[in-house]
Amino acid sequence: MNNTAIKIENLSKEYYLGEVGTGTLSHDLNRWWARVRGKEDPYSRVGAVNDNANNKKPDYIWALKDINLEIQEGDVFGIIGKNGAGKSTLLKIISRITAPTTGSVKAKGRIASLLEVGTGMHPELTGRENIYLNGAILGMKQHEIKSRFDDIVDFSGCNLFVDTPIKRYSTGMRVRLGFAVAAFLDAEILIVDEVLAVGDDEFQKRAMGKMNEITRSGERTLLFVSHNLAAVRRLCKKGILLVDGKIKIHSMMDKVIDEYKGKETAGTNTIINHDLLKYSQINGFEIIDIEISNKNNSTTIHSGDDVVIKIKYHATRKFTSPAFVIQIKDEVEQEIIRLSNMPISGFVIDGLFNNGLITLQIDSLPLVKGRYFVNIGLVHEKVEWYFKLENVIDLFVEGKDVYNSGIELDRTRGLIWVKHQWHHQEKITNAPD
Amino acid sequence: MSNQSDTTWNLVISPRRSLFDIRFREIWEYRDLLYLFVKRDIVIVYKQTIFGPIWYFVQPLLTMVVYIVVFGNIARIPTDGIPPPVFYLAGIVMWNYFNECFMQNSDVFHKNSALFGKIYFPRIIMPLSKVISGLIQFLIQSALFTAVLIWYLYKGVDLQPGAAIALIPYLVLLMAGLGMGAGLIFSALTAKYRDLKFLVTFGVQLLMYATPVIYPMSIIPEKYKVFIAWNPMAHIIEGFKYAVLGVGEISLNSMLYATAVTVIILAIGIIIFNKTEQTFADTV
Repeated sequence: MNNTAIKIENLSKEYYLGEVGTGTLSHDLNRWWARVRGKEDPYSRVGAVNDNANNKKPDYIWALKDINLEIQEGDVFGIIGKNGAGKSTLLKIISRITAPTTGSVKAKGRIASLLEVGTGMHPELTGRENIYLNGAILGMKQHEIKSRFDDIVDFSGCNLFVDTPIKRYSTGMRVRLGFAVAAFLDAEILIVDEVLAVGDDEFQKRAMGKMNEITRSGERTLLFVSHNLAAVRRLCKKGILLVDGKIKIHSMMDKVIDEYKGKETAGTNTIINHDLLKYSQINGFEIIDIEISNKNNSTTIHSGDDVVIKIKYHATRKFTSPAFVIQIKDEVEQEIIRLSNMPISGFVIDGLFNNGLITLQIDSLPLVKGRYFVNIGLVHEKVEWYFKLENVIDLFVEGKDVYNSGIELDRTRGLIWVKHQWHHQEKITNAPD
Repeated sequence: MSNQSDTTWNLVISPRRSLFDIRFREIWEYRDLLYLFVKRDIVIVYKQTIFGPIWYFVQPLLTMVVYIVVFGNIARIPTDGIPPPVFYLAGIVMWNYFNECFMQNSDVFHKNSALFGKIYFPRIIMPLSKVISGLIQFLIQSALFTAVLIWYLYKGVDLQPGAAIALIPYLVLLMAGLGMGAGLIFSALTAKYRDLKFLVTFGVQLLMYATPVIYPMSIIPEKYKVFIAWNPMAHIIEGFKYAVLGVGEISLNSMLYATAVTVIILAIGIIIFNKTEQTFADTV
């Protein structure tokens, strides 16, 4: 039988907007006086919820409003939503960093929250001293840390530097050390917020693996907040979508993500985010324009179209052996296609100078109907990013009956389509037994 | 499952806690953190410095020399017949501890905002750790003072440390409570209005002159003594000087007064600290 690990009742959190310290003393006094007389709080506006689209902002906003939620023991619970929807506020209340305005949270078991990796580590202290300090800050006893010390060091991969002050560590090493300490916490309830957004690919894989391992035992409850929908989908069974401080949907994670995407996919047109082009301005180089169209110069792209991506650039100095990288991802950040002139496609560009145009043509686009995101980046010969324009193209692929069977393919029938033939041969003589 | 009684919850988070909410059991649970914070404060002093912990001695000795020159030789403020070095050093060592407790806690929120904004632990651990690491500094400096005192006794100077030495732990406790309480009261203000930190630094310096650190209580004219008597630190410092040097004005009433003020200031400080701690994360 399942037991409730966390029970949230009528939880609300109100924030004051604007300058702290101008006129707030009188507000505080007014509120206090109202409370003394048993009157309603004069500054909270009933029904004024956090509405980002509303231009007329109230002075006090509800970051969370009437949240009711029960999380079962052993659940891996995902919380998603736009920035400002109240995800972090909810985690901060459950982690006891800030107090709610009304309502309550009840929990069974130790809560450990990981809103940041390596909180409280001191640059002057050694790796060893910091493991103890950080562990204690996270709520571990010294003997607990001692018994896990070797595992922590092994997991972090910092064995050689354990007696070196961490100010000499690279950022990556500090992150690994911080995560390693947290990974060996044995709290019953673990709260994780976007910590996987830091560190390199290898670290992220390791961290995800560890989180999987922690949750697989089914004894621990995990609350996970992330913008990485792929990670949330992989890790969480159930979850909620927060919109403007309220729970929009509480269901199985797949359903919650679908709801979230449905809201996001307001437009069904391919859009180039020209605002992002400014990030391509590096010393002596910039992308002036990006275009995407099919062979007929239409910007409406269908499955199976021959698609052309054009990158116009301007360079004031010579860039030798550049590599343009184009990644196409789906809505859950799964990379489907990666192309780069070097080394993937083996197309050498001698150098970039003055004004130029890079054209990439993809014949018969293998993507099915749906929304995709395109990253465009430039890498120099030492295989490091000059820049990477994330989601610079918001690509909407229209469906098409690519197989001439009367069916328009979409994501329910696989990620991509391929040219193929079926054959059937009857009455073959040398049939294998 | 719905009839699960509330007693099974071991954590309840609700909006408003009572004013005087110190959960001693929880603080005890976090004693390892307290120890590690103290250790950190002490260890940091050693790291990447030439003299390391020698600074604990250099600061009071240099201050002593300055006081001897300025207040002793130039201003000619009497020292109750006590050799100036030992007289000033007694005041400096005592005042340093109060100053440390007060200053370290007066901007505890501002200085730890990154930590307080990311992780929960009983917040009172942080002020307590400052009081304890200050105490270790005080003990080290007391050893210096004791050495100087013994040297003068050996030379046959007429100093009379008495049975009142037994009072010293109590005086130290009062100082810690007073410094921490006063610091916590200001911590709420500096959390909201950062510039108050300058006022605090300035204020604590002025307070030192309203305390018999560089002068003995005995030279103060009766009509001004009333004002200085308001200052609980005056009684604590006088008590200390009486215990170790045999001079100073101390009475049962003055000790009771200092104790009462300390308890009140500490209580107010903790109430304010608890209140600020709950909403602090929203204002940084």
